This record gives sequence, structure tokens and C-alpha cells, in this order.
Amino acid sequence: MTTLTEAPPPLAPAPPAGKPPRRRGRWTPYWLLLPGILWLCVFFALPMVYQASTSVQTGSLEDGYQVTWHFAAYWDALQAYWPQFLRSVLYAGSATVLCLVLGYPLAYLIAFRAGRWRNLVMILVIAPFFTSFLIRTLAWKTILADGGPVVGALDSLHVLSVTNWLGMTDGHRVLATPLAVVCGLTYNFLPFMVLPLYTSLERIDGRLHEAAGDLYATPLTTFRKVTFPLSMPGVVSGTLLTFIPASGDYVNSELLGSTNTQMIGNVIQSQFLRILDYPTAAALSFLLMAAILIMVTLYIRRSGTEDLV
Amino acid sequence: MASKTPLRWLRRNLVVLAGLFTLGYLLLPNIVVTVFSFNKPQGRYNYAWQEFSTDAWRQPCGVAGMCGSLSLSLQIALWATLGATALGTMIAFALVRYRFRARGPINSLIFLPMAMPEVVMGASLLTLFLNLGAQLGFWTILIAHIMFCLSFVVTAVKARVLSMDPRLEQAAQDLYAGPAQTFLRVTLPIAAPGIAAGALLAFALSFDDFIITNFNAGSTVTFPMFVWGSAQRGTPVQINVIGTAMFLVAVLCVLGAMAVGNRRRRRTA
Repeated sequence: MTTLTEAPPPLAPAPPAGKPPRRRGRWTPYWLLLPGILWLCVFFALPMVYQASTSVQTGSLEDGYQVTWHFAAYWDALQAYWPQFLRSVLYAGSATVLCLVLGYPLAYLIAFRAGRWRNLVMILVIAPFFTSFLIRTLAWKTILADGGPVVGALDSLHVLSVTNWLGMTDGHRVLATPLAVVCGLTYNFLPFMVLPLYTSLERIDGRLHEAAGDLYATPLTTFRKVTFPLSMPGVVSGTLLTFIPASGDYVNSELLGSTNTQMIGNVIQSQFLRILDYPTAAALSFLLMAAILIMVTLYIRRSGTEDLV
Repeated sequence: MASKTPLRWLRRNLVVLAGLFTLGYLLLPNIVVTVFSFNKPQGRYNYAWQEFSTDAWRQPCGVAGMCGSLSLSLQIALWATLGATALGTMIAFALVRYRFRARGPINSLIFLPMAMPEVVMGASLLTLFLNLGAQLGFWTILIAHIMFCLSFVVTAVKARVLSMDPRLEQAAQDLYAGPAQTFLRVTLPIAAPGIAAGALLAFALSFDDFIITNFNAGSTVTFPMFVWGSAQRGTPVQINVIGTAMFLVAVLCVLGAMAVGNRRRRRTA
């Protein structure tokens, strides 16, 4: 996944002149591609088509569904669930910003300052991946428990009064509030920010820092004018890798939040698996997909790294 | 003057301190999981510290259904890794080594699953299975897992194959190695780290997936689904034992792999 920062693939290495590539049939690439691409077509692209057709069906579970081109389903879904949509964007956006703020120093530390500890720090970033993320998310229930040390410390530092004012927390609680959900989202997607940032920072030539210093740039100026611009590919792919999955997530808001923190993922999940209202669920997930595609396209345009994908 | 030095030290090491803070944030839940695996909870929930006990460690499978779901998840992860790695490696080689039409659409088809929220993929796959009248269970989970792991394997292998020197294979062929021999003794060993990285990623992604699995599992219960269910019913301490063990195994595996890599590097140096 870190390879999203990779430059676009150069064309296949050309065979040496005058020597036609041996034993490489014209059809070889197609045979190599066939099974995998077929898999993606049948189990990724085709389902999207099915979902599109489901979203314009009407009917009920008992009588069966019929395609009626009932586009109003989209409008109805949007009207009924816009708070959850808004919340998803807000929570995922806050988590992405927090991931960037928290993840950048860690990526910088691994790339430039860790020295011989680099591999160990790297392991400690990746190893939690192999512990079930659900178990780790449940651990946040213990960490943020009412009256626990973390909440007590935040309270006495008057952090909670600020977050209360922002509507992120509620009185002396953190669990079951938006803050807990954002905290869980930030935690769960932090490695997806740190790894691409690290790959792009690691590629920066250390001599550029020396040159900046020789030209009397302060460390802050060096960072602002040299390091940060050069790490932009990492920033862009890191924010995408954090924002996209976070906006569709429903695990954090289910485990750490309350009914007032439901995100669009919670709605899609319960419409599909509990209420069994397939057209509404399909319309909602299409709206989510469209919203994300539009936002991502605009973002990539703006950040000027279109060659990224 | 003396009061200035700590301040200057702080300023110079601010990045390191902030980075270590983030590392602490990342590891805090793992520490809590480990500590609470030695807890003896009262009642159904293991969220508050009661007293020290090694009961759970002595009976890791003492909870009904947990170890069964664990072994099911391991099986699925193993097969999904095999499937996704085989299909993904082939795609990666085709994309890097050959020029052909339809590269653009194929590249986007591979990129899209990584850029799609899991709910969307899980839900749309479920509509397909419902329309086809497929029986939800082991096979539908496996199909889904191979699908979403595939793209990650392709990107991991592609990165490695891109950095390979094609002249090495030409040299092998000039030395009269057949295509099979060239592939097995030159191409594959050089691409191996990329393939291994892709496989490892696929295993971790498959083993840990909850969202897509939840849509396509029917009444089959994988380990993440067991943990999810237990969050509602009451979490047994054994879940923390498994979480701790998984973390330790992961760290040991990576340390072992690094030791092997170091030794090999020293030998070839």
C-alpha cells in the first residue's frame, strides 16, 4: 500500500535492439492477466453493476424486487440520512488531520533520527497490524473508561471543557462521544499515514538538508521549503489511505460511540443486514462511493499530483 | 545560561519526542491488551482491572467457539494468501514486463478496490451473491478475501519487479538457461522479497478483515466476527490472550526474518 507513492510505472524495459524477445508470445501477457482480472471483474466490477440495479428497484423482501428506475430512492436516502453523511465526512476529516499531525513526526523520526533503532521502530509500527484491530479497538474502552486515568487527566487539564464546547464530548465522559470515535479512527488508520510518509521522506537526499543549512536556512525554514514539499506524494497518498476507509468505517462508532455518533457505514450495514431494505442500502453505498470519488478527484487535482494513481 | 541548555535540548529533540509520543499512542492498546490478559474480571466485561490471574493463559481455548473461529480465520487467510499471491504476481509481471493495449483500464481496475470503502465493496458483493442465490459461508468469504487482497499483492510485487534489471534474465538465457530455468533460478529469487511482502500483507489483511466478511459470511463466524459478537455479549479474557500472542508472534517473525536477512547479507558481502 505504501507503493501508492511510487512514480508511474515506466514502460516495460525494451528488448535489446536487433534481438527480438525470445519465447515471449504475443498472448503471454493476456494469459498472465486473465485469471486475476477475471476475478476482479466478476467479484468487484460486476457487483457494482448489481448494486446499481438494486438501488433503482422497488418492492419488498416478501414480494421480490423489480427494477422500476425509482431514482427517488437516492433523494429519499439522502434526506433521511444526511446527518450520518455529514458526520462521516467530519469524523473522517478530523481523524485524517490528526493522523497527519501525529504521524508526520513519527515518520520523520524513523526516516532521519532513529539511526540503528530504525528497524525496531518500524516493527513496532507494523506489528499491531497483526493483532486483531477489533481487539485493539476494544482496548480503547478500557483506556477511555469513565473516571479512568486518561479521562481524569484530560479533565484536570481542561481539555474536556474545550471539547465540550466544541460538542466533541459530553460532560465528564469521553466514551460514547464523538471524541472517542475520532480517537479510535485516528488510532486505527495511523499506520496507513505513517508508512507512505516514511517512504517519501526516506527518498529525500540528506544532502539537501545540509545544503539548506549552508544557505542559512533555519531548521524550520528547511522543513517548510525543502522537506515538506518533497514529502507531498506521501502526504497525499497517506491522507487518501486514511480518509477513504475512515469515512466508510462503522466499527469505531459502534464500539466507542453511541447512537448519536452513527456514521454512514453504520446505516448501510444495518439497512443491509438487519432491516434488509436492499434498495435504500444500495443507494446509500452508491452515494458514499460517488461522494468519495468526487472528493478524491478534486483533492488530487488541487494537490497537483495527478500522476499518483 | 544553564537554564537555556535544557530548552535547547528540548527544541532540538522536539521531533523525536513527538514521534515517540505517537509510537506510544500506537502501542498503548497493545499494552492494555497484554495487561488485561492477566485480569480476573468480575461479571461479563473485561474492561476494569480486578485481580491478577493466569487462568486465561492456562486455558486459552476455554471459551466456546473461540478457537474454532480462530482456526477458520487462519484457514481462510492461508487460502486467500495463496490465491491472491498467485493471481497478483501474474498480473504484476504482465503489467511490468509486457506492453499491450488496455493497460490503463487494467491499472484502474486494480487501483479501485484499494480506494473503495470496505462497506461499499462488502455490500455490493452481497448483492451479487444474493442475486445468484449463493450459499453464504466459507467459499463466499474466501472469494471476497482474494478479491480485496489482490490489488495489494499486485502493488507490492510490481514495486519489486520494476526495480529488477532485465539484463540478468538475458544473461541467464545467453548462458543457455531455458525459460523455465531462467524463471525458477533467476527471476523468482529476485522477485521473492516483493512476493513475500505481498503475501504477508494479504495474510494480515485477510486474517483481520471484519467489515467485508461481516457482509458475506452468513452464519459462519470468523475470529474478528467472534470478537465483534463478544463485544456485545461480554468479552472473555481469552481474547486478550490471543491478541497478546498474535503481537508476540508477529514481532518474533519479523525479528527472525531480519536476522536471516542480515546473515545472508554478511555471507554475500
